[in-house]
Amino acid sequence: MTTATATGRTATGRTATSPPKPAKRKPMKSPYPSWFFIPAGVFYVVLFLVPTVASFYFSLTRWTLFDVEFIGFDNFIRFFQEPQLVTGFINTFIYAFLTSGAKVVLGLLFGVLLSSQIIGRGFLRATIFFPVLVSTIGVGILFKVLMDPFDGPINETLAAIGIQGPGWLTDPSIALLSVALVDIWKGVGLATLIYIAGMVAIPQEYYEAAKVDGAGAWNNFRHITLPLLRPATVTVVLLSLIGGLRSFDLIWAMTGGGPGFTSDVLASVIYKQYQAGFFGLSTAGNVVLFLVVAAIIFPLSWWLNRKEADQ
Amino acid sequence: MRNVAWKWGGGSVAILVAIVIFIVPFTFIVFTAGKTQAEASFLEFTWPTEWVLFENIATVLQNRDWLLVRAFVNSTLLTVGAVSIMVVLGAMVGYVLQRRKSRWNPVVNTLVLAGLIIPPAVVPTIWVLQGLGLFKTLVGLIAVHVAFGLSFCILLFRAFVATIPRELDEAAVIDGAGPVKLFFRVIFPLLRSVIVTVIVVQAVFVFSDFTYALYFLPGDANATVQLTTFNYISQSASAFNLLFADVLLITIPPLIMYIFFQRQIVAGMTSGAVKG
Repeated sequence: MTTATATGRTATGRTATSPPKPAKRKPMKSPYPSWFFIPAGVFYVVLFLVPTVASFYFSLTRWTLFDVEFIGFDNFIRFFQEPQLVTGFINTFIYAFLTSGAKVVLGLLFGVLLSSQIIGRGFLRATIFFPVLVSTIGVGILFKVLMDPFDGPINETLAAIGIQGPGWLTDPSIALLSVALVDIWKGVGLATLIYIAGMVAIPQEYYEAAKVDGAGAWNNFRHITLPLLRPATVTVVLLSLIGGLRSFDLIWAMTGGGPGFTSDVLASVIYKQYQAGFFGLSTAGNVVLFLVVAAIIFPLSWWLNRKEADQ
Repeated sequence: MRNVAWKWGGGSVAILVAIVIFIVPFTFIVFTAGKTQAEASFLEFTWPTEWVLFENIATVLQNRDWLLVRAFVNSTLLTVGAVSIMVVLGAMVGYVLQRRKSRWNPVVNTLVLAGLIIPPAVVPTIWVLQGLGLFKTLVGLIAVHVAFGLSFCILLFRAFVATIPRELDEAAVIDGAGPVKLFFRVIFPLLRSVIVTVIVVQAVFVFSDFTYALYFLPGDANATVQLTTFNYISQSASAFNLLFADVLLITIPPLIMYIFFQRQIVAGMTSGAVKG
């Protein structure tokens, strides 16, 4: 609250001091008033900016909402010493890069497929996109049942053709991968549609010119489609990485971070520590997540967009 | 010749695969929701021997003193409240940000991008909400959704305002419209198509949100629909028919949105694809 009024004051303070310079003519009031920023700014500053800045302080404390005790970097030291917290940290990267990479590859594949002349395109596009809209919790519950190691339909189907299905969510070594698989299932439709939108934007003349030059399907794809889909790829990579690094609800619905803590990620660690009443440690997790996201996304988006400008 | 083979052969294979991978799981929800508790507990992908779908839905709705009905009311209030505030405030910012070149613009642009990228700090947000007396209230959750969702709205509105000619503003100003009248009477109605996009995308997002409700609105008193499913799991682990009836019910609103607003939803969600 205090910060909101403070920024409001400096903003009006600046505008109040700047007009006297050209004193001879009174500047016409702009039809685009700065105060249009203020209502949105209040929400943003109070509920996003202030908590984000405060998190850096609270991550250095032992905190119970009533009582704050400054303990320096103890929370962070603990974060990188306790095996379950370290597991969550590493899993975050595995999960994010795996889902992001798969969405890029599959999204591109489906995007090209669904842009070609095949029957049932509209149906296919609608079908592949719908899971994007369904609540993550619903999808999590559904697949938790489908992936049940004994009675689940997936393993029963596999058994019918003579394959012993794994304990998708109960085997510590693959639980995280199973959740990632469902994440890909749910999210690939969005990547596909982004690629389709990118394909539509490619002028047909390029393909016609290539045809005159005798280019085959592969050359078309390699030298026209792929380079011109770069903006779409950038969007898919950034969106899915941002989503993957922060991912919480699917993991929570399917495994709760288990078995043990083998499928924990930063976001689920944050929630568990919060539930346990370790608010300082939970906030330290939040700061770690913030730094991870910032350290990956900002350089990456700068790099991807720079390469785009070069071409 | 090759094209015809691809068109029909490739298409048929793709349709078949799509049905197995995407449609079958959703059918499983419907089948299980239609079974009796005993039959549902086998977790089999079979046609129910006896359809009790409507009985199950009625049970789910009445369960725990109409918890799900109250949750639907809460979720509706939440979605309508958060989305309408977001749209108006986001449009105001996107409009001024696009129209007026000032030295604040880089700051605002950076904050907008930060809002899209940075994960919210949850416990400090609870701390702020508690200070304001809004923790565990629907108003508090609405405000949180507004704060986290504004960035996306602003980006879409800013891009769309760029396509509205400035001459229109000038004409309105000459006719004596003040800034407020200019925006709400002239510009805002012209934003209609992008407003529809923002509304449906954010409505689906807010309605389907689980994480923020879990943190900022815990407890049964104000449960949102996504939380009711979760209460179900911990409460009655074996009643899969009821659990899936619940999942089915909360899947219907996004499905309806999708049927009516497919074009807008796709446009909003893929808006970054072409210009990067």
